[in-house]
Amino acid sequence: MSVPPEIPCAARVETRVEDDCLLVELGGCWRITERRPSWIEAVAGQTPARVRLAFAADIGPWDSALLLFVHEGRQWCRETSTPCDLSRLPGPVQQLLRQLAVANEALKPADRSRDFLSMVGLAAQDVWRKTCDITTFVGECVLGAAGLVRHLNKFRWRDCLEEMQQCGAMALPIVSLISLLVGLIMAYQSAVLMRQFGADIYVADAVGLVMVREMGAMMTAMILAGRTGAAFAATLGNMKANEEIDALKTLGIRPVDFLVMPRLVALAFMMPLLALYANALGIVGGMVVSLGILDVPPAAYWVETQSAISLSDVTTGLIKASVFGLLVGLAGCHCGLQADRSAAGVGRAATSAVVTGLLLIILFDAIFAVAFNVLGL
Amino acid sequence: MSITATQITKTFGTYTALAGVDLHVPSGKLVALLGPSGSGKTTLLRVIAGLETADSGSGRIQFHAEDVTDVPTGKRGVGFVFQHYALFRHMTVFDNIAFGLNVLKRKERPSKDQIADRVHKLLKLVQLDNLGKRYPTQLSGGQRQRVALARALAVDPKVLLLDEPFGALDAKVRKELRRWLRQFHDEINLTTVFVTHDQEEALEIADEVVVMNQAKIEQVGTPQEVYDHPATPFVYQFLGNVNKLQLPWRGFSNADGSHGPFTDSSAKVAYVRPHELEVLRYRVGVDGEVASIRTIHAAGSVARLTCVRGSSEFVDVEISRQRLDELALAIDDPVLLRVRRSRTFAEDYAI
Repeated sequence: MSVPPEIPCAARVETRVEDDCLLVELGGCWRITERRPSWIEAVAGQTPARVRLAFAADIGPWDSALLLFVHEGRQWCRETSTPCDLSRLPGPVQQLLRQLAVANEALKPADRSRDFLSMVGLAAQDVWRKTCDITTFVGECVLGAAGLVRHLNKFRWRDCLEEMQQCGAMALPIVSLISLLVGLIMAYQSAVLMRQFGADIYVADAVGLVMVREMGAMMTAMILAGRTGAAFAATLGNMKANEEIDALKTLGIRPVDFLVMPRLVALAFMMPLLALYANALGIVGGMVVSLGILDVPPAAYWVETQSAISLSDVTTGLIKASVFGLLVGLAGCHCGLQADRSAAGVGRAATSAVVTGLLLIILFDAIFAVAFNVLGL
Repeated sequence: MSITATQITKTFGTYTALAGVDLHVPSGKLVALLGPSGSGKTTLLRVIAGLETADSGSGRIQFHAEDVTDVPTGKRGVGFVFQHYALFRHMTVFDNIAFGLNVLKRKERPSKDQIADRVHKLLKLVQLDNLGKRYPTQLSGGQRQRVALARALAVDPKVLLLDEPFGALDAKVRKELRRWLRQFHDEINLTTVFVTHDQEEALEIADEVVVMNQAKIEQVGTPQEVYDHPATPFVYQFLGNVNKLQLPWRGFSNADGSHGPFTDSSAKVAYVRPHELEVLRYRVGVDGEVASIRTIHAAGSVARLTCVRGSSEFVDVEISRQRLDELALAIDDPVLLRVRRSRTFAEDYAI
């Protein structure tokens, strides 16, 4: 096709078929500021066996516009795998085209997105690796505990006592506040229900039982997961980033014996004590609400509580508390020891210690609920 | 106690940190593992120490005749010094050094007095006699690193491994400390491997330099060997400044004082150190590549000139201050450059 010659000296492309070869002749003035013909229009759907480009007799001044057109043609030839003959074009054009070809080369952006199957595969590998890590860690802890029982004198009691103070005594204010409030809330909620039946006094049963069997251990464990679990992960992660853990290893000390065991023992001891304390404060909270809005005297409330709670309720609560303590400690220490050796890694370790700790607490609470039910405790 | 590691491969996921590396450290020598970051030198050191396990299928690690491949770190008898000291923060300097001894099993553990004696000896050795009661945070970087060294030595290690020991110190302390390390090594004569990315440090104090790049060992040799006869273009460029000159080049000074053109049929690029170039004032009819002066840095023991050859080929030259005064050069003066010594590599990656 040809561009109509209304504009004086416009770029012009003429195609002509010679044998099986499409001859493309370029004529007129090629200005990058003017409209330039498109290759696709010029070829107009033909599928020649070969393409040859040449200048027409009336070629005027030309600039990059011509090069771009020829380049477009060359690309088209490459895509349709048609031989492209540029030898009839003058030397300067060919030289510039060579430069354009190099400058224009760009790698196709690789598709880095993963397909569904490889994502599943990677996730499975990840889960498997984590499972291995966790089993190894738990195994090391068990071995450490066995070693601890055999060589009690080698245990780092000082570190353990320090940790006990940190996770036990120092946690008292927050545990007090939260368990008191939990007692209050539960008393309020049950009061609404009980009052309908005139069974005001049973608020004491509800608060007492739920606190002792469930909430005391659970709330304390949650607080310690956020407070102590994160601190363990941060401390150990920091030691790892600082290569202190490697230093321990080169001196022939297992980090589990040296760092993890004292922390686990501290938590397993302090958790039941804290839970017991939380139970008491929760009951006090219930007592306050009963006195305030239900007019149940504290003495009556106390007697009712005593009759509602048996020793086995308290024991189940304490067993749970102890196990939750171990779980929080394990999660915290494991995340700390697995941390990346960087400042960001320490932060991530602390976060994941809290999340893992909470998850494990709820999971084991559910297991306990079923187990105790079966056992009839 | 020599160290031999054969065919060590270590990958982290898809990343290869070591690709079939062989290393032999002769007994009693101070060997530097030198390379840019990411070349695998620290990983190699950690594998030797047992802090990382090499991939399955790797060869063995031997200390002298003993195979320690499957021996855990604590039982290999290595003293390891970490880049960031890794001192125990809640312990005094004394306790830090004594720690390795205090945690030994009762049968192996020396008595309290013996431990104290040993710690004081070590403190004297690392020149920190009176600082035993301080905490690590109360010490300077250089002092902390010496405490870390003392702690590593307390357990009588068979080999001493140092991971970029001076990496976190400032330039002046670094210089002092590395000279001190050399003397120290001559005193105790323990097989020592240290990792560094500072070529000056490696060349100055090591008996033998192992140059690593991209998970492989490029060259092993004495500092003089690797500096004067680099085996690969990488080693040439990594050890000191180097000019890559596009050949042909018109000026070459032979050892006998004659000069002529400089060409090499097999290579397009010649590697020439800045001090291996000769500068002459421009005169017609004299052999030499014409260039013009772009910058002159005379602040220092030698003068550094940047010359431009052609339109955009920059050439760094180092000449003595005295020579600079003789030449009386100014910016944009034309000069003639002659190569005294160079190295070409046949398989060059000419651009």
